[in-house]
Amino acid sequence: MMEIYLLLFFILVLSIFLGLELISKIPSTLHTPLMSGANAISGITLVGALSLGTEGTLQTVLAFFAVLFASINVFGGYLVTNRMLRMFRKK
Amino acid sequence: MFSIGSFQEVAYIFSAILFIYGLKMLSREDSAPAGNLVSSIGMLLAVIVSLIEVVNPILVLSAMLIGGLIGSLFAIRVKMTSIPEMVALFNGFGGLSSYLLAWSELQSLNSVNIITLIGALTIFIGGLTFSGSLIAFFKLSEYLKSTPSFLNSLSKYLLVICLVYLGLFSSYILLQSFGISPSFLPNFELSFFIFLVVSVFAGLVFVLPIGGGDMPVVISLLNSLSGIAAALAGIVLSNTALIVAGCLVGASGLVLTLIMAKSMNRDLYNIFFVGYKSSSSSRGEVDGEIRPISSEDAYLILESASSVLVVPGYGMAVAQAQHVVKELGDLLQENSCEVSFGIHPVAGRMPGHMNVLLAEANVSYDDLFEPKDLNPKMSTIDVVLVIGANDVVNPSATEEPGSPIYGMPILEVHKSKTVIVLKRSMSSGFAGVQNPLFFKENSRMLFGDAKETISKLVSEFKD
Repeated sequence: MMEIYLLLFFILVLSIFLGLELISKIPSTLHTPLMSGANAISGITLVGALSLGTEGTLQTVLAFFAVLFASINVFGGYLVTNRMLRMFRKK
Repeated sequence: MFSIGSFQEVAYIFSAILFIYGLKMLSREDSAPAGNLVSSIGMLLAVIVSLIEVVNPILVLSAMLIGGLIGSLFAIRVKMTSIPEMVALFNGFGGLSSYLLAWSELQSLNSVNIITLIGALTIFIGGLTFSGSLIAFFKLSEYLKSTPSFLNSLSKYLLVICLVYLGLFSSYILLQSFGISPSFLPNFELSFFIFLVVSVFAGLVFVLPIGGGDMPVVISLLNSLSGIAAALAGIVLSNTALIVAGCLVGASGLVLTLIMAKSMNRDLYNIFFVGYKSSSSSRGEVDGEIRPISSEDAYLILESASSVLVVPGYGMAVAQAQHVVKELGDLLQENSCEVSFGIHPVAGRMPGHMNVLLAEANVSYDDLFEPKDLNPKMSTIDVVLVIGANDVVNPSATEEPGSPIYGMPILEVHKSKTVIVLKRSMSSGFAGVQNPLFFKENSRMLFGDAKETISKLVSEFKD
């Protein structure tokens, strides 16, 4: 049981280092799109929310809204980033 | 042997790769649009394989449909000038989702253990991200003007109380997981309920006292926190997709936060817990007088200039003046004048705010320059047109060691031949620091609304 969580923790630590290395240099033009694009990725909670159990009223309501808000984040986030980047394209 | 679970795991590896490539591509100008697409394919893949195994398909699909519709409508209809608050709002919803998710998981756990603790952390960070982003949204969209100062000092203590409760509740969970029932908190249900409220409250008192000029840092920090909340939720659910994607967002958000803080020459502690006011030691009056000019005078100065640098700030965003600024730039170029734009990383209210506005007005980003490229050749520029920017062009940052903004990298426009400052009134900038630039020999003040003033200049050029 504990071993699984240690492994997950290991993945967590490695991913943080990967993230820090990944975006070391970034032109200021892209600060907003990068933030907005990363924000869309944080909507990954949608994947978790989809797996939630729905026994009982409280849990059903929680699952419903967890999926709903994560979906707003994902759809809205990707679309708005896309709109912004299209605008940035060289004329 | 090859279960649905392991099929999902394999798919998650592919989405992780797509997210990593997507983010990498998003940090380079030529590949950014494709990067966003790659990352969205990663998301699509992760969502589809998770849909294979849902408990209540009708509930989940209807929630996704409604959420997707709301999100898409917002994203398509929002004006480009409102992008900062939109990003803040979406970010808050991501945090809220992690909060609800962890809440639901903790309801279904039948014993208190280490996962309860990580779930509680998810709730705290998710709740803080949600309410903090919501406050940022209200501040950016100007529904919420400045907060009264008594609330500002009070909220620091309230935040400390929230953090203390987080500590208490965490130790309560730890002790319970070892079979001890501590008496410093009421029963688990009630303590947990208080914790749910405290987590949301923490975000309110955290962001309320932080002022407009520090918003770029706050927004990128909240962005990073929403990623961390997702990663922690991933541990609670043992879901690797959440852990990897959440950490990537958390780390990249942190990098951006540090870039923002560095462009203000302040550390994060100073931004979040001190604020400008208490860090100031001198705020003396500046000697000299200001020289107001009319738009006719400004036209004559610009008309004879052979190089003009435009420095936009939050004032341009408020007046929605980016389109007339672009028009003025074109007219100047027709007048065989070299036009460039000086963009300070923290001008405006979010990272890259000015870039978004100018891109909306079709200004090519080959004409945008950062302070480090412009400062060495500042003395060769004929006219600098400062449009609603203040602190990012304040020479105190380089000249006055006692100033609260001393050491902040600025655009050294005072070294150019002439500076025309477009400003609504003589009020000081967000930092509350007097700006000696306005009193320099080579400065001219052009008072009024940025959009109206520039429109006047444009019509002068056309006549």
